[in-house]
Amino acid sequence: MTEVVSSATASLAQRVRGDFPILAQRQNDKRLVYLDSAATGQKPRQVIDAVDDFLSNVNAPIHRSTYNLAERSTALFEGARERVAAFLGSTAEQTIFTRNATEAINLVAHAWGRDPGTGAIGPGDVVLVTEMEHHSNIVPWQMLCRDTGATLDYVQITPDGMLDLDDLNAKLAAGNVKLLAVVHVSNVVGTINDVAALTASAHAAGATVLVDGSQAVPQLPVDVAAIDADFYVWTGHKAYGPTGIGVLHGRRELLERMRPWLGGGDMIKTVGWDESTWNDLPWKFEAGTSAVAEAVGLGAAIDYMREIGVENIQAHEHALVEYAMARLPEVPGLSMIGPGAEHRGGLISFTLEGMHPHDIGELVGRDNVCVRTGHHCAQPLMRKLDLVATARASFACFNDIDDIDALVESLHRAREVFEL
Amino acid sequence: MDELYRDYILEHYKEPHHFGELDAPDMQAHDVNPLCGDELGLHLKVDENGVITDVAFQGKGCAISQAAASIASDELIGMKIEDAKKLDADWMVDLLGIDVSATRRKCALLNLKVLRGAVTGDASWPDE
Repeated sequence: MTEVVSSATASLAQRVRGDFPILAQRQNDKRLVYLDSAATGQKPRQVIDAVDDFLSNVNAPIHRSTYNLAERSTALFEGARERVAAFLGSTAEQTIFTRNATEAINLVAHAWGRDPGTGAIGPGDVVLVTEMEHHSNIVPWQMLCRDTGATLDYVQITPDGMLDLDDLNAKLAAGNVKLLAVVHVSNVVGTINDVAALTASAHAAGATVLVDGSQAVPQLPVDVAAIDADFYVWTGHKAYGPTGIGVLHGRRELLERMRPWLGGGDMIKTVGWDESTWNDLPWKFEAGTSAVAEAVGLGAAIDYMREIGVENIQAHEHALVEYAMARLPEVPGLSMIGPGAEHRGGLISFTLEGMHPHDIGELVGRDNVCVRTGHHCAQPLMRKLDLVATARASFACFNDIDDIDALVESLHRAREVFEL
Repeated sequence: MDELYRDYILEHYKEPHHFGELDAPDMQAHDVNPLCGDELGLHLKVDENGVITDVAFQGKGCAISQAAASIASDELIGMKIEDAKKLDADWMVDLLGIDVSATRRKCALLNLKVLRGAVTGDASWPDE
């Protein structure tokens, strides 16, 4: 079994490793074992080159000047948008560039949640999130509820880190849920939620749905039309793209009805002394100079994932999860958090008896093994799981079983330092 | 021997001194390290002369933060509150006796932050 898995996964990882310049570096003569792609992804040469080429040869203002350079710059920016939209089953008009997923969620919380025109949220309404959300999909809703008098409620999770669907359905049945905000793939427990089914349930109860796809887009095929959520948000830097660029895909009727969030240049059609009119979609929601080079880089990241095949990345990371879940328990005192491999994306959070995650991170870091440690921006979930912190290994297309072997060996050495 | 996880650091981590709670503490404070979510609470008994007579700390944390709290607890008993108010980051780092990196400095200083909160009401980080 293990040999079969290893040969299947080795081919992809070994094929793409040369694409990632950062993997060539060494520390204390140890190769870089990067297992923190859920926090931020590494960038392939194709993305770095696209940004470099744009800044070196094309950079100019978009959407205005008529000279050749400006036309090429606009074409690259809008071309990136079209490829991003197509990759996720959306359209360019419904694909809004933001700074990151957090900003996309805040955009919805302001432009939809606080808009008296759409009458979105008010006293007596419930905003329903889940116990497995990242802070970015909790705090904007806390602020919205505080401002509007609505109530924030949480769908509970089961002990193995799955959404409690009975709890969800009971809360939806109350009839006062105005919004369900749910993560596609959890950054802590790794659970892959069936967001299409969750969206259908919420819609049947009259609720609007926002899905946070930050962890999903880099690792599994996402079709926002098939999921049918009203809003689907994600971030570029976890998906092999640059920082500073995120995406909001929205339902057209909602985006057209929503008023803008940020005002300024580029989001207007006409500006008078007292009143202005708004630009068409998607630019209505893109005030100010956009992150043009970053969008171009994100377009290159999408091209890269399309070329590898995101379904191949998914199969590869799934094989790595199965291998890691078989090997990690060899380390005495190690406990994995979250569901079995069949419900899990490409990450594993774990604890080690007798050693705090911070110390785990420090000690494996000496072997140039990079894992995330801490609360993973999910403090409510950590409290629910009765944990202060965990260590987390997360995977990308360039990871291979040798990375997991390196982690396991390094964990054994860490236990020796602690005389466990 | 490891340069960071020295024997005495690990001993204090595994068997911390004065770990627990005090009945009716005269002074107490509690705080969180935002970097890792670690929590630390500190209870102090103080006599009529302003001398610390007993100490207890609670919390979960990394070896550095727990060892710092344990090592400091031994020093605090018998110390005047007025002197405890003057303790600074150098005192804590010297007591630990290890080179702490920039990212682990908050682990090393969380206990001192809580102590200062208990005796002065100032909950700012000792470095700030």
